[in-house]
Formats: sequence, C-alpha cells, structure tokens
Amino acid sequence: MKKTNRTRIRQSGMNPKHFDRSQLKFYAVLIPVGILMALPILFIIVNAFKPTDELFAYPPRFYVKNPTLDNFRLLLSVSSGTTVPAVRYLFNSVIVSAAVVFTTVFISTAAGFALSKKKFRGRGLLFDINKTALMFVSVAVSIPRYFIIVYGGIFDTIWANILPLVVIPTGVFLVKQFADQLPDALIEAAVIDGASDFKILRKIVFPLIKPTLATVTILSFQSVWNNIETSSLYINNESLKTFAFYMSTLTSVTSGSIAGQGISAAATLIMFMPNLILFIILQSRVMNTMAHSGIK
Amino acid sequence: MKNKISDRLNRSSAAIMLAPYAILFVIFIIIPVIAAMVLSFTDFNSVEMPAWLGLDNYLRLFTNDSIFMQKVLPNTVTFAVFVGFGGYVLGFLLAWCLSQITKGPRTVLAIIIYSPSMTGGVLIQTVWSVIFNGDKSGYLNYILLKFNVIDEPVAWLQSEGSLLVIMIIVSLWSSMGVGFLAMLSGILNVNEELYEAGYIDGIRNRFQEIIYITIPAAKPQMLFGAIMSIVNTFQTGNIGVTLSGSNPTPNYAGQLIVTHIEDYGYLRYEMGYAAAVSVILLVGIYLLSKGTEHLLSSREE
Repeated sequence: MKKTNRTRIRQSGMNPKHFDRSQLKFYAVLIPVGILMALPILFIIVNAFKPTDELFAYPPRFYVKNPTLDNFRLLLSVSSGTTVPAVRYLFNSVIVSAAVVFTTVFISTAAGFALSKKKFRGRGLLFDINKTALMFVSVAVSIPRYFIIVYGGIFDTIWANILPLVVIPTGVFLVKQFADQLPDALIEAAVIDGASDFKILRKIVFPLIKPTLATVTILSFQSVWNNIETSSLYINNESLKTFAFYMSTLTSVTSGSIAGQGISAAATLIMFMPNLILFIILQSRVMNTMAHSGIK
Repeated sequence: MKNKISDRLNRSSAAIMLAPYAILFVIFIIIPVIAAMVLSFTDFNSVEMPAWLGLDNYLRLFTNDSIFMQKVLPNTVTFAVFVGFGGYVLGFLLAWCLSQITKGPRTVLAIIIYSPSMTGGVLIQTVWSVIFNGDKSGYLNYILLKFNVIDEPVAWLQSEGSLLVIMIIVSLWSSMGVGFLAMLSGILNVNEELYEAGYIDGIRNRFQEIIYITIPAAKPQMLFGAIMSIVNTFQTGNIGVTLSGSNPTPNYAGQLIVTHIEDYGYLRYEMGYAAAVSVILLVGIYLLSKGTEHLLSSREE
C-alpha cells in the first residue's frame, strides 16, 4: 500500500518515517561498515574482562570465556616506577578534564555570543580570524608552545595540562553559528526590560544554546581526556600527569610482562568508556548543533 | 544621552565576553604561529640563543633533505589522498546512506560509525597493535596462517611495505568524526521541497539527486566537513610512530610531515629546522582548505 503511494508521488527517500523494503540496500552497506567499525571497539571491551590465560591464549580468541574483574583490581593496586599509584593519574585526568571542559564551554559561549549578537567594530575580522583558526593544527606549534609554557611560568604545574587545551576555535565557531539563528528580538526585549548583557547571556542565551554547549563539551572532553602531549612535554612531576599519559607508558614499559597486558586492557576500557557514554547522552543535541555548522 | 551610555556599556561587555577566549587564543595560537615563523629563519638548539639563518632552513628542506623529498612528502601525499580525500568521500556516502533509513537504526549506526573517532593515539596503539601483532598470536597473522595465505608470521607494523597501508586503514577507521556528523546533519536538513521541485524539473535518479540537490543544498556543512577532514588528516599525522613504536619509523616507511617535525624538534633538537617544516605544514593546510572552499563554492553555480 505504502509502496504504491511512494512510486506514484516521487519522493526523495530522505529521512523516512517508516521502514520500507527499498531501504534494505542502504542497510546492506551500513551494517557491514558498522561491524567493521565496531569490532575493534568490542575488542577493547572484551579484552578488559579476560583473565591472563585468555589474553595470551593461542589460538587467539575474540570472545571471553571466564570474564573477571582481576585486570581492574590489578590496575587499581599497581604503582608505576616512581611510586605514583594509577588511581592518582585517573584522579588528575578527572580534575583536568573537568576544568578544561568547564572553562572551554564558558569562554567559548561568551565569545561566540559576543561575535554573533553584539555589534562592534572589528567583529567580522575577529570571526574571520577564528574561522581561519579552524584549520589550525596544534601539533605544528608544540615547540613554540613549550617555550611559552616555560617562560609563562606554568611549566610543571597543573595549569600546563589545562590552559593549552581550552582554546577550541571549532567550539566558538559552532556557538556563533548557532546563536546567529536566535531572533534578535528576544535579546532586544530583554535589553528593554533592563537586563544587562551578562544577565542576558546567563538567563536567555545559555538555556537557548544548550545543544551547542553539549557539542563544545564533547569536542573539549575528547581533546583533553585523550591528550598525552601536555603531560609528556610540559610536565615533569609524575604526580601531575594524566591517565592517558600513564597508559602510553604502560604499553611501552609493560609490554613484556604478563600482568602488564591485563592492566593495559583494563586501562584501555577506562580510557574509552567516558567518551562513549558522554557522546551517547549528548548525541541528539550534537546533531542539532551540527545542522548549523555550515561555513557560508 | 541614555542611548550613549548603554552603547558604551554594550561595547565594553562585548570586550569582556571576548577577552578570556581572545587572550588565550593569542597566547596559545597566534604567538606560537608567529614564533614558529621567526624560528624557522634561525638555527636553534633550544639551549643557545637562536642564530639568524635567513632562508637556509627552507632551502635545505627543499633541496638537501632527501628523507623529506623521498619519503616524507610522498608518504604525506599518499596518506592525505586516502585519509583526507578518501575519508571525506566515504564520510559523505555513509552519511547519505544513513539519511535514507529511519531514525532509530540511524542513530545507533551513527554512534557506531562515530565511536572510533573517540579513540585517541593511545587507544589506537593498544587495539591495533594486537590485531597486527608481528608474532603468530596477532589476529591477522593467525587468520592468514590458518588459511595458508602466509607461511611465516609477518611483522606488519615493522615492515616497509605494510606500515603505510595499515596507517591508512586505521586512520580511515577513526576519521568519521565531527565532520561526518556535520554532513549527516546537513543532508538531513535539506528541504524536502527542493527534491520535489527537482523531480518536476526532470531529475531521474538518486545519483542526479545527490549531484544537483543534496550537495549544493548541504554545501555549508560539506565545507565544514572538508576542513575538519583536512585538519584531522594532519593532526593525526603521528600515527606511524604510534603504531610502529619508534620515530623514525622503520626505514621511514610511515614518516609523515608531523613525524618529521618531531624527529627534528624533539630528537635532534634542530628546532629552527623543525619550525620551518611546521610553517610549511600550516601553509599547506591553509592552501588546501582554501582550495577546497573554492572548489565547493564554484560547484554551486
């Protein structure tokens, strides 16, 4: 019934409301791709629960027979060579990530809102500079950044883990693009009611641009949580380094030891899960922002 | 009079809102870029004061650095074509396929396809080095040995022939990030009436639909996706070191431009030279992005 309907009035098939047999060919492409993409991820999850003998089993087996939490127990009790416990790195990562995400969201929203809704001289130029910075590749300037951090006096402090990561041009760009579609009348009305700009930002803009905040959160969290550069280049003090850095030492130092593989598998899962959970929670808001991500 | 005061307040409030971001932007982006440019004209070993060299670093890079010309540049071009351009086309096609199915399964599949992009360098190493492990317990070796494709386990990540290929596969796997989501969202938001009008105007199949309607209508997101794709390609340029575990990579097989920068900057302490390579990288990305922008916008006419 529906089928005949579709052929009579020619439709694009975009964003269909109901399942139709004609969609099967897309599943034929998407499901194999999805499986290929998901296998290494499943592998991360499965490995973390494998007991040592299964991690080293030959022939290698994908699934786990006797799942165990031993690897996590081992990880939590282990200390690296300099007697810094693994939990300390995890704690640092949580603190650093929270600080980076919070700061990034705050400064990006303020800047994006000002670029979108405030009229001032040089606004266009500033936006263009930020747009150009979308193309910025931070690995290209890790050396000059090193000197800035040393001469700025934040070398070997927790700030060296935080400050270089809070500038995300993509975040400001997305906030600005999203705020552009908020009606000016809304803000003008608030101005007439005597609200200050900061009050407008807090009471009107923040609630309305929530989807963008979700997106900036995701972008920012992924860049900080997975980052090993700041800990390896800008910090000497072991007790200030992050979990991602700790993991990178695990894979090189313990690759020979049997316990090392188990610890590393558990650490991999701990590294990966927060990314995934956060994205699943925020994904619909992220998609909402992305609709306005275009470069015009 | 009142207007003037509020005007002034407004102006300063804009400055206050912009200031935190702008200051950090200058400190961590503008100054490093300028510093890299200045350093690129000097000889600098990070201990002594930089000595002015003029254009020598650039001349050396293009005329006297055989590893750059014979390994790094060809590797980078191959890598960029497959991961940057290939990944972009793949991202668009996947996003387009996703837009043709219903919302529930689309969301699940989109999360699955996006999830590899959440794995940073460390995760990539732990996951893929087990799959491509060089002894017989590596998954790939095990499978190939079982089906008698190979007789001896192959050290995939240490061999000149396979490292770059594996780097490309792994990078493609993890390249469906923000750009991919932007394109998916762009395609989904194309006004349905455009398609109806297109069919009246004589569009006959899905392919024409993509070329004449979807791409032009989703162009802003396509452009955003393209730039994200270019940046991601170069930002992840250290993957050869991540996978093989050494810099330089075995026989320079996986040496990309970012790897070359770190080789000179952090291993040989020739920071002036490394800065020159960085400048070339930044300029290259800029030109590539501008070129893409130009290409995509001329298609609209």
